[in-house]
Formats: sequence, structure tokens, C-alpha cells
Amino acid sequence: MTFDLTFLWAFLVGGGICVIGQLMLDLTKLTPAHVMTILVCSGAVLDGFGLYEPLIKFAGAGASVPITSFGNALVHGAMAEAEQNGIIGIITGIFEVTSAGVSAAIVFSFFAAMLFRAKG
Amino acid sequence: MPLLGKQTWQFHSQPVLLSSAAVVGPKEGAGPLGAEFDACEKDPYVGQESWEKAERRLFEMACQMAVQKAGIAESAVDVLYGGDLLNQIISANFAARTLSVPFLGLFGACSTSMESLALAAMTVDAGFANYALAATSSHNSTAERQFRYPTEYGGQKPPSSQCTVTGAGAGLVAKTGSGPRLTHATIGKVVDMGITSPFEMGPAMAPAAVDTITQHFQDTGRTPEDYDLIVTGDLARIGHKIATELFEEQGIFLGDKFKDCGILIFDPDQAEVFSGGSGCACCATVTYGHLMKRMAKGELDRILVCATGALLSPLSNQQGESIPCVAHCVAFERGEGQ
Repeated sequence: MTFDLTFLWAFLVGGGICVIGQLMLDLTKLTPAHVMTILVCSGAVLDGFGLYEPLIKFAGAGASVPITSFGNALVHGAMAEAEQNGIIGIITGIFEVTSAGVSAAIVFSFFAAMLFRAKG
Repeated sequence: MPLLGKQTWQFHSQPVLLSSAAVVGPKEGAGPLGAEFDACEKDPYVGQESWEKAERRLFEMACQMAVQKAGIAESAVDVLYGGDLLNQIISANFAARTLSVPFLGLFGACSTSMESLALAAMTVDAGFANYALAATSSHNSTAERQFRYPTEYGGQKPPSSQCTVTGAGAGLVAKTGSGPRLTHATIGKVVDMGITSPFEMGPAMAPAAVDTITQHFQDTGRTPEDYDLIVTGDLARIGHKIATELFEEQGIFLGDKFKDCGILIFDPDQAEVFSGGSGCACCATVTYGHLMKRMAKGELDRILVCATGALLSPLSNQQGESIPCVAHCVAFERGEGQ
């Protein structure tokens, strides 16, 4: 029986990103909003240096599911549009790739709010 | 003269806390003081559509129960002093609409319980009212939404944070009758030691509590020996430790006499209580529920309750400002015929 190592790497890389987030919450005075912003920006910066795509190739969902991937997608979309349409593409492209994530968040939270009620 | 020293009011007529009531939510009901409260709601919504409406309902219930226990009509209440933690103190304002009694709204954050009681006692002592009601409320989920993150957001809280108490407490002050007497109130100054994290309310408020209690001793000439119990509102475990150290630096040793409502109300093993309880209802429910019952039983003759409040707003906090804090204390004495 062969074991696909992608699962192991996805677990380790995805888990590693979450550990970094948890350590930031536990060891510093950063708020959850700060931690989220730092992770998103880190993903964006990494993609700026062309480092995030290789990470996704290597770890699959381990790199594409955590919030850092959102930063990656922001920069990725902007760069791709910029190549096609020039400098204005940076503005129009930001939500090109991320629109799926943003729309999904709105649509699913709408349904969740319709069906469930927070218990406190 | 009713003003003693710098900041203490002496009530010469010694108004009576004729009755008091405390209503709490499920987590408080499951805590170590659960049996001492007048009502423990199982549903955090208290049968209402929203948490804000639930808090309002708790406020109304506490007021109505206190009035009922005293055996007077609601219309006999001459003035209601009340406040809560929400924007424009809507819990108190809207509950006062239902109660339909003359109303003065207060905001002293979690210090409101003793702020309102001190004012009620002063009003009765001065003869402006025969019956003055003091009430305050808080709700865990409304406070989270107001000051930190909405419950639905599911943000993690650090162990230094506190759990806002869901509940409401009310006390009815009268000229005469049977019940604990209110003898003094010390009005605190706003103290700010530069703490900015809304997850560290206890440490922020500790210096204010120490300042007011020390001033109370100076003004009245009393010492810790004069009290059976000195209780702070919601410093919780971390703030209580800091306050104890600050007292010791001044050579005041309170020992086992020094308690905190935020520590008393929850068992540390309860889920997500963190450093302990907080909120307007923390001091109000523990004082009006637990402590008044202990006084009635004769276990305590004289106590000092010091409610502590963090006077921040979400806006001031977002703009990076530190947390100004205030503490007010009221001295209770076991009445004759109790």
C-alpha cells in the first residue's frame, strides 16, 4: 500500500500556519483581528516574492485553506490583471481571484444566520 | 456635616436596604452561588428575540422582584437610579419605560451598582424620596458585542480576560424598615494606569479600587478591622492579586477579609470563565443575592462593597487610548430586627 505524502505535508504545513497564529495570540498582546491581518499580509508578501504558489503545489490544501492563502489570492489576481491590462489591473484584479471567497462568505453566512441561532 | 473627609458621604439617617433582588443567566445559576439568586434563567435569551432585549428583561425582573419583596406598589417608587454597559444605556432606559417610575440614568460601567446605590441612599437620606430603587444589569453576549467581538464571531479570549455576568440586580432603599443599613458611601476618582487591552480589565481597575478603599479608611477613620468583609466588584483573580499587593505596599493587610465578586460568582473549573466574572451584574447580583443573604443570616455585621468600573468605549479603545477606571464603595451595616 502506498501512502500519498501530500496528505502529510498538507497537515504539517496547514497545521504549522495555525500554530504560528495561535502562538501570536498566546504569547503576544495581539488581538484576533491583528493576527488575521498579519497572516493575510504574510500570504500577500510571500506571493509577491513568488513563494506562495510553490507552497500550494507542495502542500495542497495545507497552504490554500488557511487565511494566508487569501493574501496570496489578492496579490495573485492583481498581478495577473496588471500583466494583461496594465497598471489599472492592480486595482481591478485584487478581487478577481478572491471574489469566490468573499461571495461564499456572504452567501453561506446568510444561510447560516437563517437556519441557526447563536447560543451565547 | 454629611461630607466626611474628602470623598465620603455619611448618611446620618442610615437608610435601609428594604429589599433586594438578583436575577442571573444559566452560567451564573450553575456557579457556586446559584442557589442564592432569586431567579436563574435557563435560556440566555430569556424568551426574547435578542440578547439586548433579554438584558432589558432581566433588568425589569430584578426591579419588579425587589419592589414585590418590599411589599409596596411599583408606583410608590419615587426614583430609579439605573445603568448598564450598552450604548446609550438602553437596558436601563428601556426597562425604565416599562417600569414607568421617575428615572435617572447612570453610566459608571461596572461601578454602576454601587454608584446607583450610593445615590439612592443619598436621595432618601436627604428626604427627596421615601423609596429609591437602584438597579443595574449586564449580559455576556451584549457586552461581548459592545466591547470585544460578537459571540457569533467565535474569537478566542486570553486567560487574562473575564466573563461578563449575565444578570441584573436591584436594591430598594427606604427611610425606615427592616434590613441592612447604608451608613457611608465613598465616591472614587478616575484612575488610569495606562493599560490598553480590553482583555485586562481587572488589572486596569485594581488601582482605582485600592484608591477608593484607602480613601474610605482615611475619611472615616475606620480600619479593615471594622469590617467583616471588604468586597470588590469585578477585579477577578488577576486584578484581586494586584489589588492585594497594592494594599500591602501601603501597609494595609486585608487577608481573608478581602474578596471579589468576580471570583465568588464562578467556579474556576467552569468553562470559559477565564480570570473570573465581570460586568455591572457581577457586583450587583453577588451583593444583592449572596452578601445580603449572609447579612440577614447574621454571618456578617458590617461590610464594605466597592464596585469597580472600566470607563472605556470601543471607540476610545480603537484609537489606542488607555482605560480610565473608577470605583465607588458603600458601607452596609446589619440592621436591628434583622
